[in-house]
Amino acid sequence: MVQQRHFDEELAELKTKLARMACLAEDQIDKALTALVTRDAALACEVIERDHKVNAMDVEIDESCIELLALHQPAARDLRLVTTAMKLSTELERISDLAESICERAIELNEEPQLKPYIDIPRMGSLARVMVKESIDAFVKEDATLARKVIVDDDFVDDLMEQLFRELLSFMMENHHTISRAIRLSFIAKSLERVADHATNIAELVVYLVEGKIIRHTSPTAQS
Amino acid sequence: MLDQQYEVLSHVPPPAPASSSQKVKSMESSASKVSPQPNAHVTPKLRVQDFNFFYGPVQSLFKIDLEIPEHQVTAFIGPSGCGKSTLLRCMNRLNDLIEGARYEGGILLDDLDIFNPLIDITDLRKRVGMVFQKSNPFPKSIHENVAYGPRLQGLKNRVVLEEIVERSLRGAGLWEEVKDRLHKSALGLSGGQQQRLCIARALAVKPDVLLMDEPCSALDPIATAVIEELLFSLKKELTVVIVTHNMQQAARVSDQTAFMYLGQLVEFGRTKQLFTNPSKKQTEDYITGRFG
Repeated sequence: MVQQRHFDEELAELKTKLARMACLAEDQIDKALTALVTRDAALACEVIERDHKVNAMDVEIDESCIELLALHQPAARDLRLVTTAMKLSTELERISDLAESICERAIELNEEPQLKPYIDIPRMGSLARVMVKESIDAFVKEDATLARKVIVDDDFVDDLMEQLFRELLSFMMENHHTISRAIRLSFIAKSLERVADHATNIAELVVYLVEGKIIRHTSPTAQS
Repeated sequence: MLDQQYEVLSHVPPPAPASSSQKVKSMESSASKVSPQPNAHVTPKLRVQDFNFFYGPVQSLFKIDLEIPEHQVTAFIGPSGCGKSTLLRCMNRLNDLIEGARYEGGILLDDLDIFNPLIDITDLRKRVGMVFQKSNPFPKSIHENVAYGPRLQGLKNRVVLEEIVERSLRGAGLWEEVKDRLHKSALGLSGGQQQRLCIARALAVKPDVLLMDEPCSALDPIATAVIEELLFSLKKELTVVIVTHNMQQAARVSDQTAFMYLGQLVEFGRTKQLFTNPSKKQTEDYITGRFG
């Protein structure tokens, strides 16, 4: 007989909070990219302004987890869920910080004409965003297969980042007037690459949650 | 805000035992006939005010001040002999039965002074029910155990009685397990079921407050978990005060926790607060297992 537990409701509530925070973080990245591509300074400011909401949720989730640990002394999967949630909210908070940083660079870029049409950056951005979304879906559904797919996808973002970096380097070598813009764009690319890394971290946490196996800092063969 | 509201601390050093000249009311004066007026909307439900309690010459509670909020679970924790059960048993005047017991200060149930010599003590105990550490069903059928209280009150209508029995057993989470053997002996039930039967028996007279004195300490972990889950539904209907040795149990089930030590209330506040960041070092030492 499976005993109904009040604790399950609290765990479900924790998951809902995280899903809500993830939505907000994803939206931050989305809006940051739009602000960059459309050169919309007002939108960029809005994203910067909104970061504090994500920070507040990080604190709220941390507090919930501490309470759950203190009051319920969870074990096994319950314990993994609560500890994973704590780490996960930090990852989401950092994603939102990166969106803020992208917006700051976007505002600076608006002071000069656009260096080049943005093609790879939006591509990187949407890949990274999908990774964030899928990693959170994997968490909510406790789906280790989806989590592993996210981990593999990280390589595409890394490759795009490399490609973009080479392109920006050629701009800089050709014409030193492009240096400040090219550097800012490479910062943005680096930020997006970091977003994908955080999604990967979330995916690795999900594998731990579901299988109890820590796959961080291990070779790809050991991860399966 | 809420923390402050319920954090009533007593850190006054123990006073000298009361001299005979002090105002000490006798506990034996339960004359009658003013019925307690039920008033379900007043919060807090119980107010303990400047309360001292003596077993003969020995003082066992010192200046306790606390307010028990309605529709919440309040837990009393503390090492053996700290006075938590004594305080609980004062709340329905069960200590009246002990010779030489006397008290100072007051306990209000809503606005009713429970020590008022004019109140009917049976009415008080109807409003403030109790469940003990060891389940104590009557050696009768399950049905008769639950119907006993309402019958004692003069209820004879069979249909109403059946309703009460079902409602109470459902309320205690026992109905599904016993509905087909209501007329079998209560002593045939398991320990956990017997304890829930005692809860059903208490619920049958529709109490405002349910006092629970170590209700799970004789039960296995599964039966304990069933009773703990029950508390979440019970508190929607009434106010629960539970004494427990098991700190984790207090953490899991209660909204408010009072930590008592040597007859004094050391700390009283929201359970979340008390178990994550207690304001007194003594509390911290106790809940982290450094003493007690």
